[in-house]
Amino acid sequence: MKTLRQALVITRKDLRAELRTKETLNAAVSFSISVLLLFSFALDPTPDQTAEIGGGVLWMIFLFAGTLVFNRSFARELPNDCLDALVASPASSAAIFLGKCFAGFSMMLIVEVLSLPVFVLFFGGRIMDHPGQLSVTLLLATWSVTIMGTTFSALTVNLRLRELMLPVLVYPMLLPAMLAAFRLLTMLVAGQAIGSEDLQWLRVLFGFDLIFTCLALALADSILVN
Amino acid sequence: MRQKLIVAMLLVSSALLVRNLYTILLDFPDEANQGAIWRIFYFHLPSALTSFIGFYTGAALSIMYLWKKDLKYDALAAVINEVSLVFASITLITGMIWARIAWGIWWAVGDHRLTSYLVCILMYAGYLMLRRSVQDPAQRASLSAVIAIFASLDIIIVWKSIEWWRGNHPGPVLSIRNGGGMAAGWEGLAYWNVLAISLLAIPMILIRLKQEQMQGEIDSVRRFAHEV
Repeated sequence: MKTLRQALVITRKDLRAELRTKETLNAAVSFSISVLLLFSFALDPTPDQTAEIGGGVLWMIFLFAGTLVFNRSFARELPNDCLDALVASPASSAAIFLGKCFAGFSMMLIVEVLSLPVFVLFFGGRIMDHPGQLSVTLLLATWSVTIMGTTFSALTVNLRLRELMLPVLVYPMLLPAMLAAFRLLTMLVAGQAIGSEDLQWLRVLFGFDLIFTCLALALADSILVN
Repeated sequence: MRQKLIVAMLLVSSALLVRNLYTILLDFPDEANQGAIWRIFYFHLPSALTSFIGFYTGAALSIMYLWKKDLKYDALAAVINEVSLVFASITLITGMIWARIAWGIWWAVGDHRLTSYLVCILMYAGYLMLRRSVQDPAQRASLSAVIAIFASLDIIIVWKSIEWWRGNHPGPVLSIRNGGGMAAGWEGLAYWNVLAISLLAIPMILIRLKQEQMQGEIDSVRRFAHEV
């Protein structure tokens, strides 16, 4: 409970700092909207093609936007040695890590909520047919990006090449979860409900989230004290 | 002592390899469906197993490092992962050669075994790239330990993918995994080649470890020189 309370303090701090400057959100939202625009020109899809590729395009864009969000997640603590202060604070490493996760998660969700209408505008598609299933898929998939993004953001924060190393490390690690997200979103964009035979992909997502959340929290000390 | 061990293991491994090669190439007949190319299996599977064993040993040593904070575990984990990456690449390449002849294509897009194994190679390539880009030894060690532990989880997916999903990649062959796609007397040699190839990996690891330790010494001397 104490960990969770401390985590929420960190989350509030991050979100407040973000809402004052909006540096990450502005960049991520305008990035995803302009890439959606570029894709709609580049592919110019018919409704059938949208049903085939729309889910992949949409999730790729969220993934790239996520990289922008998580590149900043720990890097924003570098000026004035804020990161050292955070690590030295009474909050445990797990609490700091979880707080950063929640903050990144909320920012990614904001980006997704703002980009979805633009996606419908440019690509059409019937993604809003099953809002409940869409939100479950997006929440689970976004959490998997969050947990990996935050972990590797913390690991690479002190590196000279951190903006380059983050995607190189994160994308391969995320592949099992992304495979599931691509499948599920493709179905949802085509307007199909997630049937019982596709539940295994939701299970993959859920299992991935669970395993890596536990692993990251267990290793939080090693992840943060770099 | 270590030098002698390296030479001895190399000799045993090459003797075994010569004997196995003789049996594979001259004794065994062509397989009924695949023809001559099936023999590549005897290098594909042992390299894959060697890489799995290596990556897991690397992950175990990484856990040891995070626990004990002793740099010798880090050096050993790094060289084992590096050598395992070589064997993983051999697995991928032999598999692609086999696929070109058996399936007519180099790569089956969407097959989970192939995809997860390529991802595994990419992750360990990232691991080695990361090691190059960090200067401080302790920082490098804990960073790469965390990545090795994360990456080792993908290997479970690689390992089980042929049972979880039916793709292009053949299902389990060996009888210990309830496979059973080999004629009598053919399976034993696969284990002999596993032994030969893992025996080849150990001297490679030991040689790389020596280089790694020397590099560490050179680095500390250089740091000392800078301080003076």
